[in-house]
Amino acid sequence: MSWVLANLDLLASRLGAHLLQSLPPILLAFVLAVPIAKLASARGWLRSSVTTTAGLLYAIPSLPLFIVLPIILGTSIRSPLNIVVALTIYGLALMIPTAAEALRAVRGATLDSATAQGFTPWARFWQVELPLAGPALVAGLRVVAVSTVSLVTVGGVLGVPNLGLLFIDGFQRGITAEILSGILLTAALALLLDALIVLAGRLLLPWSRPARTAKVRTAPRAGQQTAQTAHQAAQQTGEAR
Amino acid sequence: MIRFDRVGKTYLGGTTAVHDFSFTIDSHESVVLVGTSGSGKTTLMRMVNRMVEPSSGQVLIDGTDVATMDPVKLRRRIGYVMQAAGLLPHRTVLDNVATVPVLNGKPKREARARAADLLEMVGLGRDLGERYPSQLSGGQQQRVGVARALAADPNILLMDEPFGAVDPIVRAELQKELLRLQSDLGKTILFVTHDIDEAFLLGDEVVILRPGGVIAQSGTPAEILAAPADNFVESFVGSREGRRALHVEEKDGERIVLDGAGRVAGVLR
Repeated sequence: MSWVLANLDLLASRLGAHLLQSLPPILLAFVLAVPIAKLASARGWLRSSVTTTAGLLYAIPSLPLFIVLPIILGTSIRSPLNIVVALTIYGLALMIPTAAEALRAVRGATLDSATAQGFTPWARFWQVELPLAGPALVAGLRVVAVSTVSLVTVGGVLGVPNLGLLFIDGFQRGITAEILSGILLTAALALLLDALIVLAGRLLLPWSRPARTAKVRTAPRAGQQTAQTAHQAAQQTGEAR
Repeated sequence: MIRFDRVGKTYLGGTTAVHDFSFTIDSHESVVLVGTSGSGKTTLMRMVNRMVEPSSGQVLIDGTDVATMDPVKLRRRIGYVMQAAGLLPHRTVLDNVATVPVLNGKPKREARARAADLLEMVGLGRDLGERYPSQLSGGQQQRVGVARALAADPNILLMDEPFGAVDPIVRAELQKELLRLQSDLGKTILFVTHDIDEAFLLGDEVVILRPGGVIAQSGTPAEILAAPADNFVESFVGSREGRRALHVEEKDGERIVLDGAGRVAGVLR
């Protein structure tokens, strides 16, 4: 404990660096995966080959990748840029198949109906298809976020300053408190980002949890309550417990 | 007026959905296309708003070939109602109804105010406006679908088996409601169904289709019942099995109407 108190500055700077190395790959994976998945979903065979290829990226062993990337990118081995690129690749490996499936799961009848109302293809994608794929995309993004935060620590093995370096350094110098701090802070950061994504999803996709809105908005009136709202009300009580 | 002029549709794989179909729907008239699956009825309907492009022939609205019109603008001035309403599940009822006016650039507040009026017009409470479609019953969703189709005050309504997914009692209510709306609004309606009773109830004119979009018979319900063109039409409308051949029998001083098979159809007053 005294080690922690004496090294708060170090912990804070490692935590900050860890966050800075985690956020770009998470965001890049999300922002790149959606258009790739959308383009790939135009043709059935293209979608399956793109998702399979993307999935295979995850099979690249991380340590060698961290060593090879500086050679390809021309960066130094301890540059955080290597981490950003490597983890974007892993993020894409997770996110592309998820995004492809999320877009595929949007009901064709709903899209047809949107077309019939006179949505332009562009407006239909942004206003209908993407929001409806939203809940599944959020689920995928949560996995990417947590996985990225934990994989960033591999960079620590190579000496890139982040929370991973705390347990490497802790092992080498035999400081248990440092090892534990690294592990606990990594887990805490992963949980925090996960919670933020869940929160953002709830704010952006309020319709995706009808149970709660049902409770607020449809004060059950005798005889008017449909079977569906009754079912939702039952779910609601389940959730409350 | 909607005119189908020798339209045909052959899909990429070589299946022909519609062979050679010509028909004219007069303004303010409701026409029902009725046929089994594979009769090409939905394909024909979707040619009107260019969801399907005909491989041959033309569809004309008031004399203008729809192929020359911008499809997005065309769709915004044609109301479209489909099975299970096709409402956008992520938008509230009010926003669903306001969809087309908002797409046309109307301010949201104005469009929502009008949407609330439309909800009342189709027999729904204004308080439903803030709910999401999944929080409504099937019948309510279908009414919202009709309100949405009417929101931009189109001259033409396309209705693709709109009442196919609700139970018979609700369906009867919705059919009655549509007849009431139509007598007030006088839209040009093209309605697609596989239910001949629904077709006879809702259509000023009914078109019975064979597979491949071939007209077996068209005419008013009375004309078709009075003189079915052939065996296909007879069996389709049910007059072969005697379902339509009613006769009267006296029982306990009441005149009971029975069908050909002797089943009770009603009482003659």
